[in-house]
Amino acid sequence: MARIIVITSGKGGVGKTTTSAALAMGLAQRGKRTVVIDFDVGLRNLDLIMGCERRVVYDFINVINQEANLNQALIRDKRCDHLYVLPASQTRDKDALTKEGVGRVLDELSQSYDYIVCDSPAGIEHGATMAMYYADDAIVVTNPEVSSVRDSDRMLGILSSRSRRAENNDEPIREYLLLTRYNAERVDVGEMLSVEDVQEILSLTLLGVVPESKAVLTASNNGIPVILDRESDAGQSYADMVSRYLGEEVPHRFIHAEKKGFLSRLFRG
Amino acid sequence: MGLLDYFRSNQPKSSANVAKERLQILVAHDRATRGQPSYLPQLQQEILAVIRKYVDVDLDAVSVNYEQEDSREILELNIVLPDVPSAPRI
Ligand SMILES: Nc1ncnc2c1ncn2[C@@H]1O[C@H](COP(=O)(O)OP(=O)(O)O)[C@@H](O)[C@H]1O
Ligand SMILES: [Mg+2]
Repeated sequence: MARIIVITSGKGGVGKTTTSAALAMGLAQRGKRTVVIDFDVGLRNLDLIMGCERRVVYDFINVINQEANLNQALIRDKRCDHLYVLPASQTRDKDALTKEGVGRVLDELSQSYDYIVCDSPAGIEHGATMAMYYADDAIVVTNPEVSSVRDSDRMLGILSSRSRRAENNDEPIREYLLLTRYNAERVDVGEMLSVEDVQEILSLTLLGVVPESKAVLTASNNGIPVILDRESDAGQSYADMVSRYLGEEVPHRFIHAEKKGFLSRLFRG
Repeated sequence: MGLLDYFRSNQPKSSANVAKERLQILVAHDRATRGQPSYLPQLQQEILAVIRKYVDVDLDAVSVNYEQEDSREILELNIVLPDVPSAPRI
């Protein structure tokens, strides 16, 4: 049985797809059989971040509509043996994601994978609710910014009321906070909500803090999940995130700005 | 704290603090209305409109409260009438 993880947020552009790619790659690198699914029907871009866009033949909707089987649609990652990508359709509309269809595909994947990572579209509409419906775990990706925190809180409400686990009165979805695009310098001068501020409001288990980093754009330019850039701060913080998800205790990094010399401290700001 | 921050410390609250306080209020409100039937705001508006036909009440004179206990739902309606009843408007 696979564990189903949804990467969700409500707000768009906060780093869900970046996180989905990093988490899936990180799990696969540790030998977990992993598949990452793009639920953003009509606006697919996970394949671009994973660097497999030219190998897309069939997509998630084709499999739901039984126009192709899973083996035809799954794209095997060339860098990592245990990793597969199921791309979204670029042409259909999101109503093609039916609850039964999604459930059937996830059931079939569950037979042969350890983890299924669901990259949710933005919003709280159909596509986003389908991505979270079957989840066992949810990673709520949040930026330290008012509208993102508010949307995350609304998403938590939906997770606890409109998921399969909620409807069946099963053990609730495990919810984690991932704070991304964090700028420790700006937090230090009071220009940005701190990790403590956000946690106080959302009260979730903190899975990690990913700094605002140039490495993310470089990675997406190259179609390489940023977790593979081990030199970069973002890559390292995503690797820590995967360790924590798997139950290891790893101290948080990148939360505080680097200590500066006396002069720059004097004239900071 | 840097030396310059020290001189700045009697300035207004940082924008992060303002953000946090606004969020706390917003999120508390969102959570309170979560799980309520979606018709509630409209119901409140219409009741207010009906009452204002007869009594000159404030726009916030009607509050509708929804609560769910194990097997029953409670809809609580609270209407604040003015101290001195004004003449009916029709
Ligand atoms: N930690 C980060 N540092 C800098 N840029 C980031 C970071 N995370 C995401 N981005 C950028 O933000 C944009 C949106 O990211 P994406 O993962 O596509 O978000 P979503 O899937 O939530 O819409 C992209 O341009 C991406 O490169
Ligand atoms: Mg995305």
